[in-house]
Amino acid sequence: MKAAILRERSGALLLVSPVLVFMAVFFLWPLWAMVTAAFVDDAVSKVLPRTAAIIVSWDGQGIPSEAAQKAFVQDLTAATDEQALGEAVRRLNSAASGFRTLLGRTIPAVKAASEPAQVDLLTVDPRWKDTRFWVALKEAMPPYTDRNILAAVDMKRDGSGSIVLEGADASAHRLIMLRTLLVAAMVTIACAAIGLPYAMLAASLTGWKRSVLLLAVVLPLWTSLLVRTAAWFILLQNEGLINRALQAIGLIDSPLPLIFNRLGVVIAMTHVLLPFMVLPIYSVILGIPGNLMSAAQSMGAGPVRAFWRVLLPLSLPGLLSGSLLVFMVAIGYYITPALLGGANDQMISSVIAFYATGTANWGLAGALGLILLVVTTMLYTIYGRFSTSSRLPGA
Amino acid sequence: MTLANKLTLVGCLTALVAGAAVTSAQARDLTIVSWGGNYQDAQKKIYFEPFAKKTGKPVLDETWDGGIGVIAAKIKAGVPNWDVVQVESEELALGCADGYYEKLDWSKLGGKDAYLPAAVSDCGVGAIVWTTALSYDANRLKEAPQSWADFWDTKKFPGKRGFRRGPKYALEFALMADGVPPADVYKVLSTSEGVDRAFKKLDELKPNIVWWESGAQPLQLLASGEVVMTTAYNGRISGINKTEGKNFKVVWPGSLYAIDSWVIMKGSPNKDAAMDFIAFANVPENQVKLPEYIAYGLPNKAAAAAVPANLQKDLPTAPDNLAGAVPLDADFWIDNIEELNKRFNAWLAK
Repeated sequence: MKAAILRERSGALLLVSPVLVFMAVFFLWPLWAMVTAAFVDDAVSKVLPRTAAIIVSWDGQGIPSEAAQKAFVQDLTAATDEQALGEAVRRLNSAASGFRTLLGRTIPAVKAASEPAQVDLLTVDPRWKDTRFWVALKEAMPPYTDRNILAAVDMKRDGSGSIVLEGADASAHRLIMLRTLLVAAMVTIACAAIGLPYAMLAASLTGWKRSVLLLAVVLPLWTSLLVRTAAWFILLQNEGLINRALQAIGLIDSPLPLIFNRLGVVIAMTHVLLPFMVLPIYSVILGIPGNLMSAAQSMGAGPVRAFWRVLLPLSLPGLLSGSLLVFMVAIGYYITPALLGGANDQMISSVIAFYATGTANWGLAGALGLILLVVTTMLYTIYGRFSTSSRLPGA
Repeated sequence: MTLANKLTLVGCLTALVAGAAVTSAQARDLTIVSWGGNYQDAQKKIYFEPFAKKTGKPVLDETWDGGIGVIAAKIKAGVPNWDVVQVESEELALGCADGYYEKLDWSKLGGKDAYLPAAVSDCGVGAIVWTTALSYDANRLKEAPQSWADFWDTKKFPGKRGFRRGPKYALEFALMADGVPPADVYKVLSTSEGVDRAFKKLDELKPNIVWWESGAQPLQLLASGEVVMTTAYNGRISGINKTEGKNFKVVWPGSLYAIDSWVIMKGSPNKDAAMDFIAFANVPENQVKLPEYIAYGLPNKAAAAAVPANLQKDLPTAPDNLAGAVPLDADFWIDNIEELNKRFNAWLAK
């Protein structure tokens, strides 16, 4: 009997296993990789194990002992994996600028020496007298770090190890994160303002009129995002269609600044994300019994009142899920702000992309991604509370 | 889960992974990656297509906008899906030190002596000498700007300016606009006061700057009149003048020149074909075809000498053009790019 249940259960498990595998490979694993990239910091200690053992006891004054320098030279001589060494160098240079050329000179000198133990680092490059480089080396030794996650929120540890804010001209991740949320909120409001009446209109029509309205929303979804963004570029630029037309009919004398600013970004993103607002609202409205409005009117409510008290509250769930969709997609936007925005309109994704593809600093990219994920999850939780408590009977 | 089920699951997974491995290990056509726009159009015509014809095998080409992270990600992923890439000098230095590129076979390239010394490295061979310079549309500006000081002068030349996004180039040009002689730019920039000075100068122009990222964008910004002056790559300027009859001009004094190189991605399944392609593109009689389409200098000495005089004057390597120009200091940038980028992004966001 028990065996039969077990067999049944495992059969069910087998049926859902593709989903589980899919989740593990495309969701959990990348997430895990992102988290570990942000916190694991073993690039240096892996390549320089002997140095790691000795330098931890160094007090951070002057330069480390002869023994530590010897161990360092020995480690460099023994390092054969170019890529691992490269990663260590990248990690060190991101902590102390100049480490790259310093090691670029030191490593070949050490490897070329017939008697590596005799190599004097200070004669190879006088920069080894600089305490800054040795401190960076020492700080890179612990296998786990919070420097990425701190850097993602504009903080760092100072010399004594306490957490301090970075200077305002050194880092602006918080500002960019807030801006990302602000732009996403603006786009969501704009989408709601256009999408709600649009969906109501589409739901109230029938036949080909409804098809035309829906097609107008869905059609852009089939076009590449880049193409749609480029199309807005052409429309909005100073000598673009909109400015030319307005000038031609004499409404304006000089072109309106529609591009390379917040306005251009919001216009284009609203257009791109509108389907995500219209479709959920539309499907909710379709589910509202048509006779409710007539019932409201038969009980003495005027059309405006019937709208406010009946149709609008009933379509709220659609509006809420549409807003959530638009907002979530909007905070990850990258191409549209890059092409249509100015310097003050860049969003957090472009910063993440910069660290990931520009400097290969995957630790910081992972930490920023993690922050974005946490913020999104928090918003989603708030939304979950909000939407269940505000749900009306019958909706 | 029963053993049989476990086995099925493992089997499914293995099949999935094996399937993926087979697709990636399958003979992929030689894939060459360059900088896009009218530059890559020219490369396609004179290098990619003739090479495909010669070998009888198709050649794929893709474009990119640079970044060592892109290269690193492809190497870490296992078998890279690019074979030959044209990289800037920092990507060459960084990737070569980190083991991201195959070592080149210099005997196939005609020996190291055949090239400018700066174009020779274990991992890469120079493809072009190119310049980033002040550019403008001579049909729109009545008076020609002469220098970076003019670029900053929004009273004399009202309108927006285009700038490549990032601290590289922007800081150097800002210092020159602030009166630093071209030869001293990197000396000043290596001090923290120098960096402060450059950012302060950029502050003045910030409201008027449109930032671009890929090399084709500044041409479009100039053509549409969105900006009155921009930094741009000189070859693309001469290219668009030829193909679209524009009258764009380049200001040579105070320009920054650098060498772009061909590299082969480490672990490329088409390593031999990749080497053959690089050799093909760098033979003097092939390299010399480029200036006709796009005015970049040639690192192969024999090719550079064979460029006709009427094309020679537009190249970054022409003596008159070199006179006031500065070579990009790749060492400075590989040391400082991350720190300055962080500061630049913070500055940009304010």
